[in-house]
Amino acid sequence: MKTIVLIGDPNVGKSVLFSRLTGVDVITSNYPGTTVDYLKGRMVIHGEPVEILDAPGTYSLEAANKAEEVALSLMDRTDLIVNVVDATSLERCLLLTVELLEKRKPVIIALNMWDEAQHHGISINVPELEKLLQVPVVPTVAITGEGVKELIDRLDDLRIPDRMENSGEDQAWIRVGHIVRKVQTIAHRHHTFRDRIVDATVKPVTGIFAAIIILFSLFWLVRFIGEGFIRYGVEPLFKLYLVPLTKLSSWMEPGFIHDVLIGTLIDGKVDYLQSMGILTTGLFVPLGMVLPYIIAFYFALALLEDTGYLPRLATVVDNVFHRLGMHGHGVIPVLLGLGCNVPGVLSARGLETRKQRFIAITLVSVSVPCMAQTAMIFGVLGHSGAKFILLVFGTLLAVFIFLGLLLNRMTRGESMEIFLDIPPYRRPCMLAIVKKTWMRVRWFLAEAVPFLFLGVLAVNILNVLGVIHYVSIHVTPFMKIWFGLPGEAVPALLAGFLRKDLAVGMLVPLGLSPEQLTIAVTVLALYFPCVATFAVLFKELGVKDMLKSAAIMVSTALVAGGIMRLLLIK
Amino acid sequence: MTVKKVYIMNEILISHLLPGENATITALRGGCGFQNRLRSFGITEGKKVRIVAKHPLSGPLVLEVEHRQVTIGRGMAQKIKVTREA
Repeated sequence: MKTIVLIGDPNVGKSVLFSRLTGVDVITSNYPGTTVDYLKGRMVIHGEPVEILDAPGTYSLEAANKAEEVALSLMDRTDLIVNVVDATSLERCLLLTVELLEKRKPVIIALNMWDEAQHHGISINVPELEKLLQVPVVPTVAITGEGVKELIDRLDDLRIPDRMENSGEDQAWIRVGHIVRKVQTIAHRHHTFRDRIVDATVKPVTGIFAAIIILFSLFWLVRFIGEGFIRYGVEPLFKLYLVPLTKLSSWMEPGFIHDVLIGTLIDGKVDYLQSMGILTTGLFVPLGMVLPYIIAFYFALALLEDTGYLPRLATVVDNVFHRLGMHGHGVIPVLLGLGCNVPGVLSARGLETRKQRFIAITLVSVSVPCMAQTAMIFGVLGHSGAKFILLVFGTLLAVFIFLGLLLNRMTRGESMEIFLDIPPYRRPCMLAIVKKTWMRVRWFLAEAVPFLFLGVLAVNILNVLGVIHYVSIHVTPFMKIWFGLPGEAVPALLAGFLRKDLAVGMLVPLGLSPEQLTIAVTVLALYFPCVATFAVLFKELGVKDMLKSAAIMVSTALVAGGIMRLLLIK
Repeated sequence: MTVKKVYIMNEILISHLLPGENATITALRGGCGFQNRLRSFGITEGKKVRIVAKHPLSGPLVLEVEHRQVTIGRGMAQKIKVTREA
């Protein structure tokens, strides 16, 4: 089977085109570095099945970061290259094209964002460009599908281009300059009032102000949508659900099966948060408490991603992140990590050096709580007052900063400076936003719900076997002295390895004081990543750095939890 | 690669420009890989640039080259030579 790879600069629309060609749903956004791993898809071209690979963006054939390494590793596996070029910035994209042409492989160029180029007064002489490059060039608008059919049609008559007439020692960029001068004309455009407003979001003072306003409004949007879902959707539904559940509980005989399915009765009643059965806690935590916020968060994140604001945010926070051993791009792992740490850790591939990736990955897995955990923290601490919630997140933020400063000094290696393309602002397409939100929510349901069931089952089995009782007795003195927590909190810490949201839920029946609960959820957030994150840590860092990272997590949890206990519990 | 050394009047580092100023790029310094990287962002000799923003405390610069904006670190900006435009 033939293999086609989509290659091009970051943020030119490769993934959108890939999705068009193969029908495979992929996450796409308006910032460079959305795709950090390659994706495979299939399509049939003229009756023949073909494998299509969507590569992460790369500016040149010399990899500058891990994502680019992935892109370049695909080059040898492919029979045919579709070079996706952004028509609005032809010159810089052609630099890669010229390099690709020397690879002696059939190349076709998709001149994407053709509509936007016309809108900006950029006109490109396509036949002339074809003649100069000696490969087919097809204008496309991947978002609407315009030109995609022609692109497919012309995949047939591809051949390896002749060697470009190399005028001696001319470097690629000089050659590109010649080509662009011949084929492109740009209508002069004045700096408009709108441009000035747009510029304000990357300037130091106005930029920080804008960042605060934007992030705060998104926070309120998430709360508004999340709470709305809970009040008007989830709560009434679960009230209805309680009736058949209570019947089932009284019909079943007490014993292990009852414990696993329904759990223990709280004050003689079924309690869907505290009972710890698969049909009670196992369903209520992911669907009743976490899902509404997951939907809300991913909706807000999609808005942020598709407008093109993220690279601007990265610019504004660069100063802070630089002191923490990363650069502005490090804000992307943090933001994605707030949804789920797994994509957060993966997106650190966009950082250039090993040092920067180690710091970003460690900080995300230590001090960035995922949405599932955040939703539960709000759920269990919300009644005690905003003060305690602020205390938890304030501690996590302090840990993020102190640990970042420390790791910047202690980790060997280089930290590169920020070097980031800022795409134009684009009006997000509602359909795309909804689709992307749904893809991520589906991912949450597929990954999280089975693990939650497993977690509930594991807790029940360990309980029956007496393991939890045994461990609790032995670590009770330590827990009491160090964290001010009862030994009964240990099962929650153990369950936290499977699912953090479940673990937070398990703290509820213990009757802890708000101060104890605050310490417990903070320690839970810090001490160890969940098993899914742990697996990507292993994949991204390797054994040695993963162990280092894990050691940092455990010691951070001990220190921060210990300090909180001294300050909070007299 | 041979680098021709040409002395150009009023050549300054782009990091010395102020926000809002326009300039023409005259030369790039630094290693070959680094220069290629700048070029792949459209930062090459002869291009007109506008300084969109300059962040304090040795923070990054935002440049505009051919209607596209790029954020670069201060250290990198010290390797781009320009002449100021009116």
